[in-house]
Amino acid sequence: MTVTALLFASYAEALGSDRVELTLSGSPTVRDVVERLRAMPGGASLPASPLVAVNLTYAGADQRVESGDEVAIIPPVAGG
Amino acid sequence: MSIRTAIVRRAIDVAALLAEVQDTANGATIAFVGQVRDLNDGRAVTGIEYSAYGEMAERELAAIASECAARFGITQLVIEHRLGRLDLGDTSIAIVLAHPHRASAYDASRFAIEEVKRRLPVWKREGYVDGTSEWVNAGGNVQARPVQEQQR
Repeated sequence: MTVTALLFASYAEALGSDRVELTLSGSPTVRDVVERLRAMPGGASLPASPLVAVNLTYAGADQRVESGDEVAIIPPVAGG
Repeated sequence: MSIRTAIVRRAIDVAALLAEVQDTANGATIAFVGQVRDLNDGRAVTGIEYSAYGEMAERELAAIASECAARFGITQLVIEHRLGRLDLGDTSIAIVLAHPHRASAYDASRFAIEEVKRRLPVWKREGYVDGTSEWVNAGGNVQARPVQEQQR
């Protein structure tokens, strides 16, 4: 199965991309997506437990991801 | 009842927003206006580039507005947040609301801006007079809670 990871701001700069397609096996969770990203070049600067949104809604690390999901890794927000 | 939110890439017209929330049922109107200031953590700032997870930011801003309206009995509320390159003094966010009484108006205004700070997926890259720029709060705490902990 394939999910699309979205990266923003400092995280996108660290990995050199704002969008990564990941192929995962088994019954992957948000945590698995984060671990895959952290193993990529530049990924070490992502925290082990970043804020994540799945399909536009904030999600916990144990949440399952499904094929086609959009998994956004959200840096500390700074709006306003 | 008039509740409206928008993520925009143009100047925010606060006077127009004040006019938008006018209703003779309300005795108190509050406008919170966030602007780019010239100093942050002791460094002279030249401007800020705002970016967002656009689709989610629109959803979260709408959710904040409806939660604010429900919690404080607000019937007139408009929030606009601007993205893109902003110069010193430019308005980055305006939260304009009205209520029959001042206490609830103040409380609702404070609630809305604090929720924006806590959970709106927006980032800012600050430019400094020495020509450098940095992401603001990049090493900061993760503020929003996972959805299962939120009161939705």
